[in-house]
Amino acid sequence: MRLVVREAALAFRRAPLLSALSVTTIAFSLFVVTLFGLVAVNLQQGLRAVAERVEVVAYLLPGTPVETVTLALKDIEAFPEVQSADFVSEDQALARARAELVEFRDVLQELERNPLPASIEVRLKPHYRDAASVDAVAERLRGFGFVDDVRFGRDWVEKLDRLRQLAGAVGLGVGAAFAAVAIIIIGTTIRMAVLHRSREIAIMRLVGATDGFVRRPFLLEGALKGLAGGLCAMALCYGAYAAINRWLLHVAFLSRTQALAVVGFGTLIGLIGSAASVGRHLRHV
Amino acid sequence: MIKFASVFKAFPKGGLAVKDVTFHIAKGEFAFLTGHSGAGKSTILKLMYAGEPVTSGEVRVSGFNVTAITRREVPRLRRRLGIVFQDFRLLEDRTAEENVAFALEVTGARWAGISARVMRVLTQVGLAAKAAAYPRELSGGEQQRVAIARALVNEPLVLLADEPTGNLDERATRGVFQLLRDINAGGTAVVMATHDLDLVRQAPYRVLELQDGALVYDSQADEAHDQAVSP
Repeated sequence: MRLVVREAALAFRRAPLLSALSVTTIAFSLFVVTLFGLVAVNLQQGLRAVAERVEVVAYLLPGTPVETVTLALKDIEAFPEVQSADFVSEDQALARARAELVEFRDVLQELERNPLPASIEVRLKPHYRDAASVDAVAERLRGFGFVDDVRFGRDWVEKLDRLRQLAGAVGLGVGAAFAAVAIIIIGTTIRMAVLHRSREIAIMRLVGATDGFVRRPFLLEGALKGLAGGLCAMALCYGAYAAINRWLLHVAFLSRTQALAVVGFGTLIGLIGSAASVGRHLRHV
Repeated sequence: MIKFASVFKAFPKGGLAVKDVTFHIAKGEFAFLTGHSGAGKSTILKLMYAGEPVTSGEVRVSGFNVTAITRREVPRLRRRLGIVFQDFRLLEDRTAEENVAFALEVTGARWAGISARVMRVLTQVGLAAKAAAYPRELSGGEQQRVAIARALVNEPLVLLADEPTGNLDERATRGVFQLLRDINAGGTAVVMATHDLDLVRQAPYRVLELQDGALVYDSQADEAHDQAVSP
């Protein structure tokens, strides 16, 4: 192990420019991928915020006993899709209307009788905020005898669905393309570093070094370059995030797990790139 | 020690480089491989250290059946051999001492003993004073001595030298050749490929001459023949 660390350290010392170039290339390749990831994360978060407003409202027939509603609420909350179900009485509905519909305040004040029905407001769990689930829940709500009508923004939920699907497909496609480009660039960079030392590899083999002995320092070197590149990419990304946050708009940064995944991805590509390049090279000596 | 029996070596685009070569080199023997450029000297040496696969025939070196050697066994074979080249093949960014030590390190030798063993062989080749010098700071003859020290450090039974004096002036050539003779006197078999006939004439060693890949002359067989026909 001591020898592996020494040989890997020597490689950095012997070709500092090439090593710095490798790390920089890895850093910028990963930076582009991570920046795209950041956009995707923020887009996803935006869509999630919009999706939180997905709500199914069941209007109740006048005179429905409170006990019946209370029992029904328990049943509704037990639906797998449902996050919460709240009862809004006629009076609460009127109070809310008065507070929210300021321009009709006078009309609402002069009412002799409350025209607003009581309702049950159903919010869905995050994974079920799509058109199909909303439809299913609405259908089941209609099954209750005391439910007069069920409302939800069908068009709106369907549009949100389409937007989510589009964002997912574009994200996956563009993300995969960016990642593939990063892998190719990083792989080529690592291969250059290996080719730079091809004579050395041949000499190592001639004096009786096993393939494993030749390979190990390269693997460590590749992993370290990937790690350094990943850390630099995260630093660049954080800089970009801070700048956008300060001067443009408020955005979210990657979670700790996502940031670690980027650094881990860099390390892994460095490792795999080195293994592939050295392996291919060793077969020829 | 080294046995070639009806050995052929063909390159995909280069035709036959070695044709039906048979010889045996005994333990502690010194043998020259001679012939013009392209005669097959280097290829014969490569077949000995598994630098090229044998096309047909049998090659045995230091107990290894090189004809059927696996990739895993190659390092073990090479650790039993010392190999020296015309272009020295030293690692440019390591000192003489580090170059020699490297051949020991790859074998997994114990750290504690490496330095002493390295200095011993550097002393043997007359370069102890230049242990800390980098190859670029050494003359051609000195670089070849470092390469020989590296070849010797694992105490090989056979030293293979491919034109070891090819890049050296006359004085350095004499020095390196004398060193190889001393090593041979210590019991190590030496196979030296060379086209320097003056060098070959200087010493009463066995000569194997190659021509277009075929063995056309073996001084030992000649001697045996002379002894057989003399009354």
